[in-house]
Amino acid sequence: MIRDITIGQYYPADSILHRLDPRVKFIGTLIFLVSLFVSNKWEGYLLATAFLGAMILISKVPFGFMVKGLKPIFMILLITVAFNLFLTPGTILVQFWIFKITDAGCLQAGKMAIRLIYLIIGSSVMTLTTTPNQLTDGLEKLMRPLTRIKVPVHEIAMMMSIALRFIPILMEETDKIMKAQIARGADFESGNLIKKAKALIPLLVPLFISAFRRANDLAMAMEARCYHGGEGRTQMKPLKYASRDLAAYGIMLLYLAGSIVIRILGR
Amino acid sequence: MSIKLEHVTYTYSPGTVYEMHALEDVNLEIRDGQFVGIIGHTGSGKSTLIQHFNGLMKPTGGLVLYNGENIWGENYPLKALRSHVGLVFQYPEHQLFEESVLEDVCFGPKNQGLSPDEAKERAKEALAQVGLGEEFYSSSPFELSGGQKRRAAIAGVLAMNPDVLVLDEPTAGLDPRGRDEILDQIAELHSVRGITIILVSHSMEDIAKYVERIIVMNKGKVAFDDAPKEVFSHYRELEGMGLAAPQITYIMHALKEKGIPVDETATTVEEARVSILKALGK
Repeated sequence: MIRDITIGQYYPADSILHRLDPRVKFIGTLIFLVSLFVSNKWEGYLLATAFLGAMILISKVPFGFMVKGLKPIFMILLITVAFNLFLTPGTILVQFWIFKITDAGCLQAGKMAIRLIYLIIGSSVMTLTTTPNQLTDGLEKLMRPLTRIKVPVHEIAMMMSIALRFIPILMEETDKIMKAQIARGADFESGNLIKKAKALIPLLVPLFISAFRRANDLAMAMEARCYHGGEGRTQMKPLKYASRDLAAYGIMLLYLAGSIVIRILGR
Repeated sequence: MSIKLEHVTYTYSPGTVYEMHALEDVNLEIRDGQFVGIIGHTGSGKSTLIQHFNGLMKPTGGLVLYNGENIWGENYPLKALRSHVGLVFQYPEHQLFEESVLEDVCFGPKNQGLSPDEAKERAKEALAQVGLGEEFYSSSPFELSGGQKRRAAIAGVLAMNPDVLVLDEPTAGLDPRGRDEILDQIAELHSVRGITIILVSHSMEDIAKYVERIIVMNKGKVAFDDAPKEVFSHYRELEGMGLAAPQITYIMHALKEKGIPVDETATTVEEARVSILKALGK
């Protein structure tokens, strides 16, 4: 049940997407997200679909994993679609009580749904093909220029990688404590909302204690290995662009140009 | 009264790259009143196995029977099963959460539907059985020592009055005295209260000293299931599985090779002492 969260879960496979530099994948994802909002014509979405489909195909990650990431945003998706469907002015198609569905509303709702779904799947492609550590390495390198304006880039990146590293650990811990309490007769499923919230105490207290203990241990271990922040720190595997990374940038720029052209021509 | 596993198989994340067979065709029967030891290398499926005993994990194949009834059958009261089969996880002190030791131990009995007074009675009984006296009732579980925390946590399961008690490495990370105290108390529960005990351990000495039957797990399968003497006579095979016999068994084998007529199946220091003295004619 807890294992079903895909965002931030790496899927090991051997594909060109897995081998790409994390910076390329990060910028690529950004470009893809931008392109989704550039497109306002069906041709644009067709191009985005083709691009996303191709990426999923090369990534060698089973399609089911991509779709799994959609589950948590299902409610948001539903609300967005509903708002767009009912609140966009235009020619009225159906009307009952205070609700009206317009032709523009249908179109708008469809577009929003596509954008949201592609947004999530697009970022899932990145997180499924990049280990969290690679991702933070990439981010650190990309944000390096910000150190000039006193942004603690290294510290932010370190915090991110620690947080990401701890997600599976804490999930496992939750599972373990939950089972231990179920073995003592705890019931996490039945009862009303207040009862359910109360039932969480035997889970949350030990979980918090364990999180603090682990944080403490980690801080101690880092200090014991002379960690003192980012200054003068070198990396074991410094990120370097290979020719395939440059090629990937080229493809992405072409794609972005394509969707901009479609937008302009569409007028 | 028994726990019976028939052709139990468990696979983690079936159908994905993370697929892993933790248990493969396990057949076992644990009868009432037995003191059983489970040993196996890390990742051999011990922990997965014991979570099948009280229905925390559902086998991907095969049947788990408690007193002859399929625990995954329709309308089987799983919650009641968990009162009959108590499970103490590894590092059980990580499950403590209440403000006082007594309150924490009451958690199990209260979940069984007992009144606060009855629950308190049960908790006090259980705490006495693990050797924690009245002076600990109102202390916070977080200010106890490691061994005391562990015992408070075990009491939390004992207070539910289980017929079967499963313990996953109850002595991991404890000093020798804490280890002996806990194991002696567990042995006492077995002899006095007649509780069936299933003990998972990495210490061959502990296993040899207390249990009457050993189940050896290897790569998700039952490799041996026999009396300690029989199992430890296969010590070469055990080594191949990353395990070993008690050190005393090695000494006895070495003595025998040197021509001293000792009983090489001795598994505890006490047995070895008797056998060596006899061989020396004293």
